[in-house]
Amino acid sequence: MAQGIMRPLRPVWIADAATVVGHEEAAGPLGAYFDLHDPKDDTFGQKTWEKAESEMQRLAVNTLLGRAGWQDGEIERMFAGDLLNQCTGSGYGLLPFGIPYFGLYGACSTCAEGLALGALIGGAYGGRTVTVSSSHNCSAERQFRYPMEYGGQRPPTAQWTVTGSAAFLLTDDARDCKKNAPRIAEVLVGISVDRGITDANNMGAAMAPAALDTVCRYFSESGREPASFDGIFTGDLGAEGSSILREFARAAGIDIADVHEDCGNLIYNAAATDKHAGGSGCGCSAVVLGGYLLDCLRRGEMQDILFIGTGALLSPMSVQQGGSIPGIAHLVRITTKEDAE
Amino acid sequence: MNTDSGTYKKYADAHAKKSPLGKDCARAFLVGGAICTLAQGLTALYEWLKIDAENVGALVSVTLIFLTALLTGIGIFDKIAKFAGAGTVVPITGFANAVASPAIDTKGEGFVLGVGAKIFSIAGPVILYGTAAGALYGIIYWVCITLF
Repeated sequence: MAQGIMRPLRPVWIADAATVVGHEEAAGPLGAYFDLHDPKDDTFGQKTWEKAESEMQRLAVNTLLGRAGWQDGEIERMFAGDLLNQCTGSGYGLLPFGIPYFGLYGACSTCAEGLALGALIGGAYGGRTVTVSSSHNCSAERQFRYPMEYGGQRPPTAQWTVTGSAAFLLTDDARDCKKNAPRIAEVLVGISVDRGITDANNMGAAMAPAALDTVCRYFSESGREPASFDGIFTGDLGAEGSSILREFARAAGIDIADVHEDCGNLIYNAAATDKHAGGSGCGCSAVVLGGYLLDCLRRGEMQDILFIGTGALLSPMSVQQGGSIPGIAHLVRITTKEDAE
Repeated sequence: MNTDSGTYKKYADAHAKKSPLGKDCARAFLVGGAICTLAQGLTALYEWLKIDAENVGALVSVTLIFLTALLTGIGIFDKIAKFAGAGTVVPITGFANAVASPAIDTKGEGFVLGVGAKIFSIAGPVILYGTAAGALYGIIYWVCITLF
């Protein structure tokens, strides 16, 4: 069906994931699920924040390949992206690996976009795929907002860019996987939706219509009920966007409130650490999926989830020119159920 | 969602959690007031040190700018400003922070293309339009005293 749900031509499993986060994320409610973190100042031993972000990507891929014992030459392709201009976080961070590389930009949806492409291309051509995404609070602040030491207040709808990177190993070979590895059963590519929001401090409201569009398209075509999933995880609408999505979905006849959670709401204790509407950034949904959600799937605590990466496709210049902010939401269904269609 | 863009924007604005205006005003009043009290104290100090009355004002401003730049440099000012809001933005401290913070932030891009080019990236509009407004006021003032 045109523009509809796509299934990989052969099974593609998520064999493993590696996560690298900053000190605040490591101190958050999901801290125990992450592999590596910078305990001190989030510089990861680098001189600039941009280099720190690249280093996080390098560490994530290195940890991933090292743990599996795979060499660069055994990986067919890599999809990676971040928030920096021209995706230099990925460009530099992945230089040490001699792996064919596709650069992606999907703002906070980059993780889901990479998994979707990895599953579809890996499913069509076989072999192993690595997908990576990252964001660093300080490099994102510099590029999209103000200098780090600038003193100002944020409105309650603003979200906090997560310092984190996650790398995922996708494979079509079951022998690469440990017991109970989840697979990507379905992909629904998002359509850009622009409902006229111009406030860069309210990205949840800018992205919620795109998430709604994807949710409606998915349930209308699949004929399933939200309750048939163990969770619908968006990332990252934050508190503001999540409540808008639930409200409009209910109005559209799809009640997701009981199963919906947002990665931006999970990663921090927002009230105690003053993170306003919650986390955001390419790294946010990536580390929540790679650290926490995959762990739940492997342990059997969850068996079937929808992971919906939501991105706000703005740039500092588009905001200065008064442009409205288009959103996008890519859906990936991740399951350990054998018979999931 | 069949609402048009204008309707959705209005809905989103109404839905958005609002800043606590009363609390923000109270904090701005307290911190802004404290900064002004400090400046008054400094004025008294410099006068007591028998500094020329004409220079006391400038010296007080320089002291506040120095303190702000110092606190910005050691990473404390943004924490105070987060609490104080307009309380630190409105006095000269806000202006000093707006110049010091990009200077620190752009070191990585070098002293010419980084610090040199971007030091006024936030304060630039204030400097440009402040100077232009001053010149315009000067012309009006000159016209007035010449004619009347």
